[in-house]
Formats: sequence, C-alpha cells, structure tokens
Amino acid sequence: MAAVEIDQLTVRYGDVIAVDSVSFTAEAGQVTAVLGPNGAGKTSTIEVCEGYRKAAQGQVRVLGLDPATHQRALSKHIGVMLQEGGVYPGSTVLQTVRHYAALYGNGADAEALVDAVGLTTRGKTTWRRLSGGERQRVALALALAAKPQVAFLDEPTSGVDINGRDAIRTIIRDLAAGGCAVVLATHELDEAERLADHVVIIDQGSLVAAGTLAELRRGYDEIRFRSDVDLDLRALAAATGIVAAKVGADEYVVDAPPQPRLMAQLGEWLEANGHPLHDLRAGGQRLEDVFRRLTADRRHGQAG
Amino acid sequence: MRLTFVQLRAELRRVASNGEQLLLTLGIPVMLMVFFSVVDVLPTDTKDPIDFLAPGILALATMSTAMVSLGIGTGFERSYHVLKRLGTTPLGRPRLIAAKVGAVIAVQIVQFAVLVPVAYLLGWEPGSPDWAPAVLAVVLGTIAFAGIGLTLAGRLPGEVNLAAQNGLYLVLLLLGGMVIPFAKLPGAIRAVAHALPSGALADVLRETLSSAGTEPTRSWVVLAVWAAITPLVAARLFRWD
Repeated sequence: MAAVEIDQLTVRYGDVIAVDSVSFTAEAGQVTAVLGPNGAGKTSTIEVCEGYRKAAQGQVRVLGLDPATHQRALSKHIGVMLQEGGVYPGSTVLQTVRHYAALYGNGADAEALVDAVGLTTRGKTTWRRLSGGERQRVALALALAAKPQVAFLDEPTSGVDINGRDAIRTIIRDLAAGGCAVVLATHELDEAERLADHVVIIDQGSLVAAGTLAELRRGYDEIRFRSDVDLDLRALAAATGIVAAKVGADEYVVDAPPQPRLMAQLGEWLEANGHPLHDLRAGGQRLEDVFRRLTADRRHGQAG
Repeated sequence: MRLTFVQLRAELRRVASNGEQLLLTLGIPVMLMVFFSVVDVLPTDTKDPIDFLAPGILALATMSTAMVSLGIGTGFERSYHVLKRLGTTPLGRPRLIAAKVGAVIAVQIVQFAVLVPVAYLLGWEPGSPDWAPAVLAVVLGTIAFAGIGLTLAGRLPGEVNLAAQNGLYLVLLLLGGMVIPFAKLPGAIRAVAHALPSGALADVLRETLSSAGTEPTRSWVVLAVWAAITPLVAARLFRWD
C-alpha cells in the first residue's frame, strides 16, 4: 500500500476548479515531487492530504486513512512545512521548535532539531529577525518534530541560498532514507530533478504526467551542443539530414535519440566546416525541457 | 488535556512578552483608575470618583482582555498562518480554543488581583459587594466580547483588524458607562450605550459591587443576549486562513 493515495481528486473554490481529477501515489522511502507552476493546484492537493481542506470529489488516503475524517489520528504521523511558514514573529527559534515538539509529544529533541537544520547559533533569535532561508529551515524543523511517516513539504527551498538549499536537500534525502514518504510541492524544476524519485506534473489543476525521472524523459531524447553563433543549419540538414534548432546564442538542439552514427555525422560536418564543438550532451532532456514540452502539448491539445 | 496546557503555556508566554498586550490589559486600566480617582474631573456624581470608577474599570479590563487582546493576537496569528500550522498538529481546533479561553481567564485573574487592591488603596468603599453575580457578569461579558473580537479577527486582514479592534475599544469605552456616567450622555446616545455589552457589563458590575446600577435588570438581559449571539456569529464567520 502506498503511503499516500490520491484518486480522482477534485478541489473547488466556489465555481473555480483548482484541482481537477488528479490521481497519483507516493511511496514510503521515496521523495515524490509534485511539480507545477504557481497556481497549478499543488498546495490545494497537499492541503487535502493534510486534512486541512476538503475534497469536492475523489478519494484521498494517507497511511490508509481518510484525512478529512481522521485528521487528528494522522496529525501525529504527518510532518508539515507550509509555504508561508506559520510561525509567530515574536517567538524565538528554540521556543517555536520546543512548542511543536511538545505538541507532537513524541520525545523529539528540540535542540537537536535546531542543530540538524543548521540554526544552532540562531536559537534565541526571533522569527521576524531571521532571513528567508533561515525561516525555511525553522519550518522544516517543525515538520521534523513530528518524526513523520509522511512529510508534506511545500516549496521547501524557496528563497533559500545555495548553502541552505544543500542543507535542506540533505535533510530531505535523509528523511526519505529513513522510510518517510516525502511529498514535495515545488515549482522549481531543478529541485525536483535533484531530489525526486518520482515526479508528478500538474498544470492548471490537471495531471500532466507522473513517473520516475527516467520514465518522464523517455521519448524526449535530444542531442544538445554549443558551437559558433552563425551555424548554417540549412547546410547541415542538406549535407547530413540532421535537423537542428538554435535554442541559445551559441546553443543548438537536435530532437533525436543519441545514436553514435548521428553524432559522428554531426562532428564530421562541424569539423569539415571549421566550427568548434563544445558541451556536447546527448540523451534524456533536462526535466525543465520535458516539463515545457508536456505542458505545451497539453495546452495545444486543449486548443485543438 | 496535556496538549491544551502546552498551548496555554505558549499563549501566556506570548501575552507576557508582548509589551502592547500588557499595556492594554494592565497598564491602561490601572492608569485610568489612578488618574481619574486622583484628578477629580469626571462627572461621576459619587462622593469619591473611585466608587464610580472601580466597577467601570473592572468592566474595561474584562473587555481589554476578552475582545481586544484576544482579537488582535488571534487576527495576527491568522495573518501569519500560525492557526493553519497549528491546525495540522495533534492539538486540533477545540484544544486551541480551550487554551485561548484559559489564557483569557488567567490574564483576567491577574487583572482583578491587581485592580481590586489598587481600587481599595485609592479609597474604594463598595459597602458589601456581591462577588458571585459579579463573577457571573464577567463570565458573560467575556463570552460576549470574545465573540466580537474573534468575529473581527476571523474576517479582517491583520492590520485592518488591529485598527478595528482599537477603534471599537475606544467607542465601547466612551459609551459604555465605564468612565463617563450614562446620565451625562445625550438621550439618543444613552439608549445606544445601554444596549452595548460594555455598558451592560459596567452597569451590572456597578449594581452587584456597589448597588449603584442604573438599569440592572435590563443590563443583565442585554449582557446575556450579547453572550448568546456573538459566539455563534464568530463560529459562523471565523476563517482559519
């Protein structure tokens, strides 16, 4: 049984459909990234899983229980990190974490949690004096205070600097390695690419795709390279049959699987015409490109 | 019960560490009581102004804690998504509300423990005060004011709620028979003042503590009606985020 099971979930705000018949699962010991642009319906989906918001239709099960009717029982096993923080500005880091550790009542050590998120020296600092990244770390510590079996983390690295991101990613990976089902809502593709075992893409409230990164990239192979800014792409196509597109000042993409013969032809043509070959990369597209294509395909489908 | 006490402790720590809340719940009532009993400028019609002021200031203290302090604190917690975050913990909403009620009661006990001795030190001679009905009146007033405070806190954005609570506090103070006798208000305003929860509580306290209420029976009814209606309105209108 999956730790989180979402089946045909629909969430409405009045006449507006925020989430439309979305289905996916999240497994224990894995990081599942719910990926989509702002306003896609990620937070609404997670709030239903937390028992905070009611579904208009569909079924949600977390650890086998319906969050709408078993919120209290589930709350002991769920770690939550809100997008907005949810901390009183006048409370210090240690006061806040101690308070939540006491509410969960599971023996979590507040000082150890503050250490774990790298805020040992900021324990007596009030929330209002923390930087954006430090606030995210406190919010993560509050989620960890639950010693969760399922963690719902909403944009955990949003506004966090590089060092902070690394620290938060390490904690999330450790959480999953310990058997927790981590559900991560993010609009940052880079974050999903670095952390997720499983990716669920939502756009305009609807499920676009779900699977492992390898599954999502399948069928979206490409050859990407950099060369002179003024490559004659018509001449390349005429000579080799390779259709390349310019995607940056000196960056080009060929939508094709990474066949050695094709790459050799490309290299020979560049050599013969006196062009350099830099940063050759072949294989699955970056998640960012897969995401753009999937959401574009869906919108074209709707328009058609 | 344990979780309620955990939350109650956090609520009390927040009140105790917040200078504005302390000023509102203790500083202003004590200052008003001392100032207007020493500087005899109020048209109180009593031998000593403290005999008029003491019950009124106790009513003011009740309103300060139950409506303004609770309302402003809860409003900001809502704006900062603290309520939403707490709602995802094992605490749950019923225990959160119980903790907030407990904090209000604890602060009111401290207020009365300070204000009543101060009143006596300033020469208050209430005769034979009847404390049991006075406590009942404070309970009804607390329910009524908390309902008003939470209704505003549950609907308005944090800063707007702050302004609204403070504005209402001033109106209810001036028209509520707390420092200015009803008899000194113009006729139309006097009728409104008697219908306000602040006016009703001040009048009932003045009757139970000093046998000096103006229309105690009507004030009891007014107070009870406010206490019955405002929690229902708050429960219906309150939004957690």
